[in-house]
Amino acid sequence: MPSPKRIGQIEFGLLSPKEIREMSVRKIIWADTYDDDGFPYPQGLMDLNLGVIDPGLRCKTCDQKASECPGHFGHIELAKPVIHVGYTRLIRKLLRVTCRSCGRVLLSPEEIEKVVGTEDDQTGDLLSEKDVKKERICPHCGDQQLKINFEKPTTFSEVVVEEGKKVEHKLTPADIRARMEKIPDEDLIPLGIKRPDVARPEWTILTVLPVPPVTMRPSIILENGQRSEDDLTHKLVDIIRINQRFKENQDAGAPQLIIEDLWELLQYHVTTYMDNEVAGCPPARHRSGRPLKTLSQRLKGKDGRFRGSLSGKRVNFSSRTVISPDPNLSVRQVGVPRAVANEMTIPVRVTIHNIEELKQIARNGPVRPDVNAPCGANYVIRPDARRLRLAEGNLDTVADMIEPGWTVERHLRDGDVVLFNRQPSLHRMSIMAHRVKVMEGKTFRLNPAVCPPYNADFDGDEMNMHVPQTEEARAEATILISVQENILSPRFGGPIIGGIHDHVSGIFMLTHDTRWFKKEEALYLLRYTRIERMPAPGKVEEGIEYWSNKQVFSVILPEHLNMVFQASSCQNCDVCKKELCERDAYVRIFDGILESGTIDKKAIGAFDGQIVNRIIRQEGMSRATDFIDDMTKLSIRAIMFDGFSFGIDDEDLSRTEYGQIEEVLKNASLDVDRRIKIYEDGQLEPMPGRTVEETLEMQIMQVLGKARDLTGEIAGRHLGLGNSAVLMAVSGARGSMLNLTQMAGCIGQQSVRGERIVRGYDDRTLPHFRKGERGSDAHGFIQHSYKGGLNPTEFFFHAIGGREGLVDTAVRTSQSGYLQRRLINALQDLKVAYDGTVRTTGGRIIQFEYGEDGTDPTKSAFGDPVDVKGIVESILKEAA
Amino acid sequence: MTLPEKYEKKVEAADLPVKTKDQIRKFLSEKEITDTKFKQILDRVIKEYKSTRIEPCEAVGVIAAQSIGEPGTQMTMRTFHYAGVAEINVTLGLPRLIEIMDARKEPSTPTMTVFLEADYRNDRDRAREVSWQIEAAPLHEFGDITTDMENMHVVVHLNTKVCDKRKISPDEIMEVAPKKIKDRRHYRDFEHAIDEEKATLTFSPKDKESYQNLFQLAEHVRKVVVQGIDDILRVVVRKEGGEYILYTEGSNLKDVFDVAGVDTTRTRTNNISECANVLGIEAARNAIIFEAVSTLNEQGILVDVRHLMLVADMMCMEGEVKQIGRHGIAGEKESVLSRAAFEVTVNHLLDAAVANEVDELSGVTENVIVGQPIQLGTGDVKLIAVRQHDN
Repeated sequence: MPSPKRIGQIEFGLLSPKEIREMSVRKIIWADTYDDDGFPYPQGLMDLNLGVIDPGLRCKTCDQKASECPGHFGHIELAKPVIHVGYTRLIRKLLRVTCRSCGRVLLSPEEIEKVVGTEDDQTGDLLSEKDVKKERICPHCGDQQLKINFEKPTTFSEVVVEEGKKVEHKLTPADIRARMEKIPDEDLIPLGIKRPDVARPEWTILTVLPVPPVTMRPSIILENGQRSEDDLTHKLVDIIRINQRFKENQDAGAPQLIIEDLWELLQYHVTTYMDNEVAGCPPARHRSGRPLKTLSQRLKGKDGRFRGSLSGKRVNFSSRTVISPDPNLSVRQVGVPRAVANEMTIPVRVTIHNIEELKQIARNGPVRPDVNAPCGANYVIRPDARRLRLAEGNLDTVADMIEPGWTVERHLRDGDVVLFNRQPSLHRMSIMAHRVKVMEGKTFRLNPAVCPPYNADFDGDEMNMHVPQTEEARAEATILISVQENILSPRFGGPIIGGIHDHVSGIFMLTHDTRWFKKEEALYLLRYTRIERMPAPGKVEEGIEYWSNKQVFSVILPEHLNMVFQASSCQNCDVCKKELCERDAYVRIFDGILESGTIDKKAIGAFDGQIVNRIIRQEGMSRATDFIDDMTKLSIRAIMFDGFSFGIDDEDLSRTEYGQIEEVLKNASLDVDRRIKIYEDGQLEPMPGRTVEETLEMQIMQVLGKARDLTGEIAGRHLGLGNSAVLMAVSGARGSMLNLTQMAGCIGQQSVRGERIVRGYDDRTLPHFRKGERGSDAHGFIQHSYKGGLNPTEFFFHAIGGREGLVDTAVRTSQSGYLQRRLINALQDLKVAYDGTVRTTGGRIIQFEYGEDGTDPTKSAFGDPVDVKGIVESILKEAA
Repeated sequence: MTLPEKYEKKVEAADLPVKTKDQIRKFLSEKEITDTKFKQILDRVIKEYKSTRIEPCEAVGVIAAQSIGEPGTQMTMRTFHYAGVAEINVTLGLPRLIEIMDARKEPSTPTMTVFLEADYRNDRDRAREVSWQIEAAPLHEFGDITTDMENMHVVVHLNTKVCDKRKISPDEIMEVAPKKIKDRRHYRDFEHAIDEEKATLTFSPKDKESYQNLFQLAEHVRKVVVQGIDDILRVVVRKEGGEYILYTEGSNLKDVFDVAGVDTTRTRTNNISECANVLGIEAARNAIIFEAVSTLNEQGILVDVRHLMLVADMMCMEGEVKQIGRHGIAGEKESVLSRAAFEVTVNHLLDAAVANEVDELSGVTENVIVGQPIQLGTGDVKLIAVRQHDN
């Protein structure tokens, strides 16, 4: 590959009329585009000198075909100069700060120095309009200045005092241009025009208009054979038409009034050609009434040239389809449908070492019959860059022609590195490199443990896959972007990949308390893990060998792991009973053996994953990935061993509990009524800094919140770990006790903006209540449970609360998206230099040492430079 | 937290950050350890410390931006929430984070946390005294105000008991009130008379004919702040961590610092630009970090401080607090293309042409635009190892 040329810098400047004429290949004088035969008019807007878009024709300037000719500029000689809309503010400033007769800046050199600074110290500001007092006398020629009025979009006028009356005297673009010409170069420098040779102010008043090449404004041919011109062409047609008419009138010596009208019309067309969204100027419209997309509109905005086309690149070698889970895959892998694998290719250069293999691949052809078949190829590329398509008939002939130096574009096969991505790509773990596993079916398959970094679920999510095409790209993909290297999140320095949902439930059910498994049971659980040997049985009874549940889990742990921590189910008792904890929440691992405690979210879950975290730091990424693979497989077997389900009857409580719940709710309702009574009697003591009403509302919210929690406790007393929902809540797999409370006990207060629901007409929320009623029912307290069912008013209040949640999410996504875009834009150029400082790519120092201690947050232990606790535990083999 | 002397010396001598040394002391104190075990631990700690250094060329900016932006989707929008103090509303969640990054002149809910000096912080009454000096108290809290329509007067009868309780003399009030109406409320069309004996203050409008003026005057008299700091609408005294702390609604750091009994070393405001003006840019940088960390933590989101430090340093680099966005950092970048690709595309291009700007193509966006490798990470490495051939 040839070494790419680097663009060193890009300079910006104004085009002078001379330059415009020099770069022009043709003067355009005709407004028409094509003649009746569909051939472009010479000197028309589609002149063949400007480049070609129709296949078959050749460019008259460079003699290249449509695909090669980049296009060439033409020009239009304007009958009279017109203002460039983008520069009206500059023109206004220049008119106001320079003399109307001599063109010098209206300040003495000393005054300029005061603002700009001395010659050695140019640290001051640029001159602005405010630095020059209105209507002063020119210090250079002594001429009295006049006030300059500017009217949007492009009208300038001088205010002349005649017989005590103020009269506005319009400045034509030609007048303005004449004044700009008079400004000497050295006076422009303090005004911010540093290089007058590349940007003279008079060039902002156009006398010649460049005509962009046709390649920039291609016409399209509709189905009915009609040509449809680009918006820019339409606008140029308008300009040329008016320009011609203007010239004719001028030559014929038309009255001043008509000339002025035409001049204004020409100005309007040139203005809208530059920018069709100028304030105070009606946008030019297409025949259909749609505003035209002119030059500014092409560049602006999200889908404009800059953000849409230049910053956002499109790529080949990518595919997209629905994702679905496969717990039997490794987290490192991605299941790729055969149809995708047969279409996406990797170019392999033929050498003497691989020629036989590649010939065979070419022979296999473009169709892979099943997933186990060896991979084939779609194209081979000859050294002269000609592509030969492999098809059923030519396989052997082409394969025999292959020689070193050729390239074979072979299909994907198991083990290839691909990038996998899910939008929105909010952080770097949204794109990770996986290994291909070709599978039947039509979806991408992934291990559910990698869902958290992608934030993916399987309710119809789609994901993208990209195939790196060069060795360099593949090397970076494996070394830097692979799943294995991205287990730790740079956000907080902990694992972001780990067990979710059923993984946590399963491993919890497996490791909770003590159970004994017979050999075949233990082997069933461990079948899909990578273990090679079973440990000695934990006990032998009546000649039958038994393994404990903790032994089974310990098998997948690294040998020298020592750690102690509290599981998610830990209640943070005042005095920890350690090994004797009745919830089995004290986890202690000694030399790779789980001695006590239950494995749950805290140990292996995504975002928490204590064990995963410790393994990464002590054994490395690769071992941790293996552990995650084993853990997911073991936990899925474990959850299948007992089975796990949840049904409507799991929310059933006994008669006593229902009685208690009713009692609690009744008392709460009475308590609320009592407080309302106190308030109505005027006896309520307000909290400091709050009104009486606010105090009452807060009290009511508190009482009702407490009542709901109480029902939850009552329900929780009845439902033990035997209940699937409780198990999920306790292990941290999904949901919380609150969800269970709402299902079995009472849904509780619905709120809008953190307050009880108060909206409604005529002093009440719904016509079912009395006016001014303040009771719990009238303001959105739901006494029933999801299982028990809601009454109509409750249902309505629930919908109100639910709607607020939906609106909230919709607003939040757009706001946080914009925040992130701004943050990225502000910080994207920062990097750590080789001396440890943080600098912008331009070399400015932002921090002398990254994060004040030079620690990489990714490698840090939840922010600490060193995981001292882990090291102490692993060496002393006891709790630190 | 003490180690045997021989270990202590070695820990102290090691090239480790203070935090890590403290952790070693904490985890090893009161433990039976042998010399070899201690050596093993210390060696492992030093080895791990070396391995957690940040690598050159790392695109730390992008990582920081992603780490702060990504959890934004998980934050609540609920603007008002009671943080710690039930009496005072504070903006929290995503709106607050946006507010910090926007470097607003005034946050939507300015508050202060006022710590007290040693002699004040343990006594509720003394803390209350300080709070009276801070909380803006309008005149009507100190006595009865009657509007005498017959004589066109507004008469204030000061309640000496209240004045005593509030530690302010009636004379002082009577002196301050008219002055403040003129200075702070910009209302001058009145005359006043003081009766020190009866502790009454009489106001009369200059225009004796207009009842409207009289009522206007009465309103001004009622609301004029005679004690405390005008911007601070409310003060709440709470006991936290064994001392009394004042929480305020409204913020005025400079004036609060002048109040006797205020611990100026710990007192803080959530108004970042005020921090910058009163205490300087370093304080503002710390305030940004503190505010952002507490906003994120309150939502239960774990984000490494280093990311927030980088954002704060970027915002404060020029010596004043700059916004993250087009009116701040992003709008003042060197590169024309980068600015054009962010917001207000056309204006940046037009201005660049007149100023004859040159884009050096050093940043990320510029190089993406022209299709070159960016100067970060693996794209920044210019050294290529030449393999030594043996033969």
